[in-house]
Amino acid sequence: MTSIGTGYDLSNSVFSPDGRNFQVEYATKAVENGGTAIGLRCKDGVVLAVEKLIQSKLLVPGSNKRIATVDRHVGIACAGLIPDARHFVSRARNEASSWRKGYYGPIPISSLADRMGQYAQTYTLFSSVRPFGVTSIIGGLDEEGGPSLWMVEPSGVTWGYFGAATGRGRQAAKAELEKLDLPNITVEEGVKHAARIILIAHGDNSGKDKDYELEMTWVRMPPNGEAEIAADGTVRGYGRHEEVPKDIVEQAEKDAKKAVEGDDDDEKMAES
Amino acid sequence: MNHLPEAWGRPRDDIYGAYDHQYVSASNPNQHTTSPVVTGTSVVALKYNGGVVIAADNLASYGSLARFTNVERLKQVGSHTVVGASGDVSDMQFLFDEQLEQLIISEEYQNDGHHLRAKHIYSYLSRVMYHRRSKFNPLWNVLLVAGWDDGKPFLASTDLLGTTFSGPALASGFGAHLAIPLLRRVCPDEAAVANITREQAISVIEECMKVLFYRDARSMNKYSMSIISGEGDKVEIEHRKDIQLKQQSWKFAESIRGYGAQVV
Repeated sequence: MTSIGTGYDLSNSVFSPDGRNFQVEYATKAVENGGTAIGLRCKDGVVLAVEKLIQSKLLVPGSNKRIATVDRHVGIACAGLIPDARHFVSRARNEASSWRKGYYGPIPISSLADRMGQYAQTYTLFSSVRPFGVTSIIGGLDEEGGPSLWMVEPSGVTWGYFGAATGRGRQAAKAELEKLDLPNITVEEGVKHAARIILIAHGDNSGKDKDYELEMTWVRMPPNGEAEIAADGTVRGYGRHEEVPKDIVEQAEKDAKKAVEGDDDDEKMAES
Repeated sequence: MNHLPEAWGRPRDDIYGAYDHQYVSASNPNQHTTSPVVTGTSVVALKYNGGVVIAADNLASYGSLARFTNVERLKQVGSHTVVGASGDVSDMQFLFDEQLEQLIISEEYQNDGHHLRAKHIYSYLSRVMYHRRSKFNPLWNVLLVAGWDDGKPFLASTDLLGTTFSGPALASGFGAHLAIPLLRRVCPDEAAVANITREQAISVIEECMKVLFYRDARSMNKYSMSIISGEGDKVEIEHRKDIQLKQQSWKFAESIRGYGAQVV
């Protein structure tokens, strides 16, 4: 950033002469310091995963979740400043809930992402506020149209994705995501890839010595292909944003370790 | 309880004399619901050893007109509870589709493996009902809450005034007159619940629904039943929908004045 210190970065919503908003760029920097978060839009559902760096051994395992449930059918994975993320999620919950009140149905993921993008964007317009130090991956299942995945950046930019990555290890994660045939793999396969990608993203960065916890959720489509989101909550498991069962995550992590370490062995063998 | 929902929430005519309708005439300011419009009739429920059975028919009446014949008046709320509603159907829809739905969604934000149990849902509902009556804008319903709570069957009632009570066998509306005696035959008190099997409970409830159809002019021959069964912390809820009344016998009708073969 060449124009740092020229005075155009001190107030939000002020352009620099070359047309940049530095506060927004700094917010993006804050995101890049956080643990990696990824989202996979698969054939029959969506997988969200984050690399949650363990700040202290005194923390209870599984605490300080970074993937939140917004509505039955939607989840948000965040990278960046956690308190900003909490506020962002709380806003998303209000949007989803008011949609239900007004339209008597679950909010389409595209509409939620759009509204959240607008919300983030308003925080780039005033000198009295700062932008969100958070990039959020919004994933869920639409009543019609199936799985849907979006990413909202501090600038308010909102794009739809097959595979989304943000946070410190996003480059490595993106490279891995691009290798996958995401529209044609199942969520079960997606979970395995997600575990592997988070492991690679973790290893590729300076946080390698730090331990991490893999947090993973999914929203699956029912086997018949239609996204039935039961009003009375009788269809448990399908059409819901929920944590991936522990045993499946553990297995995926084990497989990921084997796959990644296996690669290293191959390379060593090739070297020798 | 009077079997006509129109009369709920008012002083009893037989004790206090005919109701003076001037009190609720349209010229008075600030009126809310003073009588229900589209109504559902009885809900009946019975505890058994290991669960609760609850049933309600699928009719929504517009006065005495059988207006809607495919209305679900039982709602599963979370994983442990079924709520049944009689009285105003629009108030029921508000409670079921807005309030309870949002309650459960918000409860699942935490994602910590804890769920609202029947007792919690009942407590919530009774507070809503009392709050609304205190705003002089009651939700015109009688609600039965059936579920599994802390390893035991749960059954309790709340109404448009926020009144609360529980019991091993409960019924609302016409059922409070006609079904309760039948239910109490097999279940006179809480202790009797231990001797009632699931099959027995289902058949008693089926019998109640049949008798109610015979004698309640706001009922129909199609109903829904939910069976909540539990063991320790595990709960299973079975929903039976579109149950048709079986083995009806209208022989008794012959002896009813003004019906069938009799003239005069």
